[in-house]
Amino acid sequence: MAEGVGAVGRVGRGSALGGYLRAIGAIVWKDIAAELRSRELLGSMLVFALLVILIFNFALELDLRVRQTVTSGVLWVTFAFAGTLGLNRSMAIEKDRGCLDGLLLAPVDRSALYFGKVLSNLLFMIIVEAIILPLYSLLYNVNLFQPGLIVVILLGSIGYVVVGTLLSAMAVQARTRDILLPILLFPVVLPVLVAAVRATTGILQGLPLEDFQAWLNLLIAYDAIFLGVAIVTFDYVVEE
Amino acid sequence: MEPVPRNLKILSGITIAMFVIALYMVFIYAPREAVMGDVQRVFYFHVAAGWVGALAFLVTAIAGGVYLAKRNPKWDRVAVASVEIGVVFTFINIVSGAIWARPIWNTWWTWDPRLVTATIMLLLYLAYLMLRQGIDDPDRRARFGSIYGIVAFVSVPITFLSIRIFRTIHPVVIGSGDPSAEGAFDMTPPMLQAFMFSLLTFTFIYATLLWYRMRLGRLSEQVEKRKMEMMSI
Repeated sequence: MAEGVGAVGRVGRGSALGGYLRAIGAIVWKDIAAELRSRELLGSMLVFALLVILIFNFALELDLRVRQTVTSGVLWVTFAFAGTLGLNRSMAIEKDRGCLDGLLLAPVDRSALYFGKVLSNLLFMIIVEAIILPLYSLLYNVNLFQPGLIVVILLGSIGYVVVGTLLSAMAVQARTRDILLPILLFPVVLPVLVAAVRATTGILQGLPLEDFQAWLNLLIAYDAIFLGVAIVTFDYVVEE
Repeated sequence: MEPVPRNLKILSGITIAMFVIALYMVFIYAPREAVMGDVQRVFYFHVAAGWVGALAFLVTAIAGGVYLAKRNPKWDRVAVASVEIGVVFTFINIVSGAIWARPIWNTWWTWDPRLVTATIMLLLYLAYLMLRQGIDDPDRRARFGSIYGIVAFVSVPITFLSIRIFRTIHPVVIGSGDPSAEGAFDMTPPMLQAFMFSLLTFTFIYATLLWYRMRLGRLSEQVEKRKMEMMSI
């Protein structure tokens, strides 16, 4: 940590925050550039998400009547499954090619690494959601483009990624890493999924804000609490 | 092989004696509940097991925090010992609850916030044990265990809150509960005494098991170390 402060100090005390933000930006940019060249993360997440919706379509027989009650559940299960795939892959790339060691050698605060990975994971998840939503609207002829829904999806995705990034950084270092992440992650993010599904249902059914305000508050509280926990504990995940 | 410490032997004796007394209080001393009959006697150990589960996971989270700060392997042994005990008692809590629920609620299981939270808690700490199992390096295993122990413990109250929207039928026996909840009852003084004594007994059982398990953890680490020494010769 001391070396991180030193490096930022070189840039100048006044721009310490600027250096920190630049470090975060560099990690996000690295992930985007790698993805643009390899196209392995988004592609697999998207195809997987579509497959999940396809399976739901036949498993639940998504006719008009059923859809009114299960749309939000289908969407969130799809996001959660595709999200695990992305989180696992995004950390496995760092681990397998020794990138993580390189990142850890960089003279920046460890929490900058965490924020960088959170932002790029969040970005990939939002891109997948941004493609799934219009597709779902098209397939089932429902309007999913409502400002309230976008806020809920954003809050839910933040909570999911904040915890998921922390846990995937641990899971990739275990022997059983491919199966471990969902087992570690799902019981912890259950409140996010419950709250997001409920809030999404409320918005899609056109209920007044008071009816699902509590769920939004829960999402915000969850995001804030686990962001705090993750910032404190991430240092211990990557030390060594 | 070192002998069992004297204090641990004494504690074990006290715990066994207390458990026998607790059995007497639950089955003979406490009166039969007027509406539910003898099945209500499940209540004493059901709540006590749930209490031990929650206590054990609290101890794990605290021990994890102390381990991260101090890096003394002793605290990691506390954390993992506590999780193992907590998982067993949470399981006892859920199963005994199902046995009680069957005649009273006419179902083994409902999607009540407390039932679901207890089950999620069980899954969280099974995941904790799986995480540890997948990591070979003892230092990393201890660090990751500590972190997950803290994350899991923080998530439990939020999970409970999130499932509470569904109206609960689980009786709140202590404090101001909804008296109309199916299966709620008022405790007479002998019942309260039996209940309090059960809580105390289970806390002693927890402490005794924790001590044994920590000792076991330390001994198995020594075995591991000896093995490495032998292999390096």
